[in-house]
Amino acid sequence: MEQLLEILSDLHPEVDFETEDHLIDDKILDSFDIISIISEIAEQYDVTISAEHIIPENFNSAEALYDLIERLEDEE
Amino acid sequence: MQNNVLDYFENSINRVPDKIAFSNGTDSLTFRQVYDQSNSIGTWLHQKGIYKQPVVVFMNKHPKEITAFFGVIRGGCFYVPIDEEMPRIRIDLILDNLKPGLIICDAQTKGIAETFTAFHGELALYDDICNSKADEAALGEIHDKTLDTDPIYVVFTSGSTGIPKGVVANHRSVLDYIAQLSDVLEFNEQTVFGNQTPLYFDACLKELYPTLKFGATTYLIPKELFSIPVKLVEFMNEHEINTICWVVSALTMISAFNTFKTVVPKYLNNIAFGSEVFPIKQYKRWKEVLPDARFTNLYGPTEGTGMCCYYKLLRDFEEGEAIPIGQPFFNTEILLLTEENKPAADGEVGEICIRGTSLTMGYYNNFEKTNEVFVQNPLNTAYPELIYRTGDLGKKNAYGELVFVSRKDYQIKHMGHRIELGEIEANVNMQEEIKISGCVYDDVKGKIVLYYVGEIEEKDLMVKLKDSLPRYMLPNMIHKLDAMPFTANGKIDRVTLKKNI
Repeated sequence: MEQLLEILSDLHPEVDFETEDHLIDDKILDSFDIISIISEIAEQYDVTISAEHIIPENFNSAEALYDLIERLEDEE
Repeated sequence: MQNNVLDYFENSINRVPDKIAFSNGTDSLTFRQVYDQSNSIGTWLHQKGIYKQPVVVFMNKHPKEITAFFGVIRGGCFYVPIDEEMPRIRIDLILDNLKPGLIICDAQTKGIAETFTAFHGELALYDDICNSKADEAALGEIHDKTLDTDPIYVVFTSGSTGIPKGVVANHRSVLDYIAQLSDVLEFNEQTVFGNQTPLYFDACLKELYPTLKFGATTYLIPKELFSIPVKLVEFMNEHEINTICWVVSALTMISAFNTFKTVVPKYLNNIAFGSEVFPIKQYKRWKEVLPDARFTNLYGPTEGTGMCCYYKLLRDFEEGEAIPIGQPFFNTEILLLTEENKPAADGEVGEICIRGTSLTMGYYNNFEKTNEVFVQNPLNTAYPELIYRTGDLGKKNAYGELVFVSRKDYQIKHMGHRIELGEIEANVNMQEEIKISGCVYDDVKGKIVLYYVGEIEEKDLMVKLKDSLPRYMLPNMIHKLDAMPFTANGKIDRVTLKKNI
């Protein structure tokens, strides 16, 4: 989780990712961010996030995103 | 001879008045509505005495914004789109350059426009001015007095000193561009465009004007869908979108995340892309799911009105191979000029220079910058003839096709946007805590990397930059240095910086 929070706050230092849970709905993250985040996650966690996972529910909070990474790690 | 872009209406308004011209999936305007509302706006401008002036359009991306553009032209003025996505400092610089008397807004942007300190003119709400009764006689007179060399829009592009440059285009260059582009991409009345690019750049000309010319339809795809690839393709299928002219990063976003395993854009048969290198691996994924679709690479600067070269992908490509720029549109010539201003030999690298009607008029209120790049054709010493020097270096490959080699300067293409690294540095250096900064581009990962020396932490600097730089110009990585590396001539040593990436 630490690692993920670092990826996120590198992109948006002004956002509190531990509490924010409307990252997509409030348009805090845009498509630039999503692409950066996915490529960073691919590098650091060795999991592949596909289009079917790129839905608001998985990206609205750091916690949701971390759950997704864990699910994908379990699958692999 | 057609000399006015609005004459495109004659075709669509008589044949398909009730067809949807522009839609965002929720709100739509038919050709009749676009025609009537733009006439009302033109009439309103006329009654206000606003003529042959820049009119800023500051609205949310919406069919009404496009109609406002046409309304401004109808009134004999030229439109200048600005957008909420632009940082305030950039908007101030643009308003300072233009000194416009009028901004057309919508209910949501009006509140923001009221706080523009660099603006001293009048604000008009689109909904207040789009229903007034059209004065046919006055509009006819404006139409008849219009020359094809009169401007129709100004769009702003990145400037290396930090001041954006406003490219002025006229009826003639747009008519020429739309005619050639439509030929190459074979647009027709059945074309259903899925627009991706913002309305405040020239890229959207590809959809806006052919829609009028052919009685086609354009869907403005909601921006947030470009973060949700499956929903994006579902939107395209719902509206039977068959033609897209997108930046490469939008295409690769879909293919790289294996969207096609879930959903395929089943109506799509015409795919044009440009501004950046399309990785062959991603192109092959598209080609695999859409084997019968036409794929076209487009190339061209804003100063050449839009695109000026095309390449139809008909042969196979090896991974790592660069897709050529191809050949110029009909009625445009590309000169490859060496440093001595001589034509480059076959295979030799030269600067890509454009000759022809598609040249825009230059930069608004900026003769100095205009004269640097809109110059006399050095191959012609007999009479005045302008060419535009793109600053792009190119050469002919073994097939005689034009290929892009690199830039002459520090301009980059990032996520489909043209960016001067110098403009980023200029904005960084404006922060009082900064002593010096140097910006480089990581071509492999496609990241803007900023190095600086100064009394501020990386994160705090990022927060500050968000106020002055557009989203797409923000550095992807920021590194604080103890000292900046310099070359023997005292310039920032970008080669060393790049090695650090």
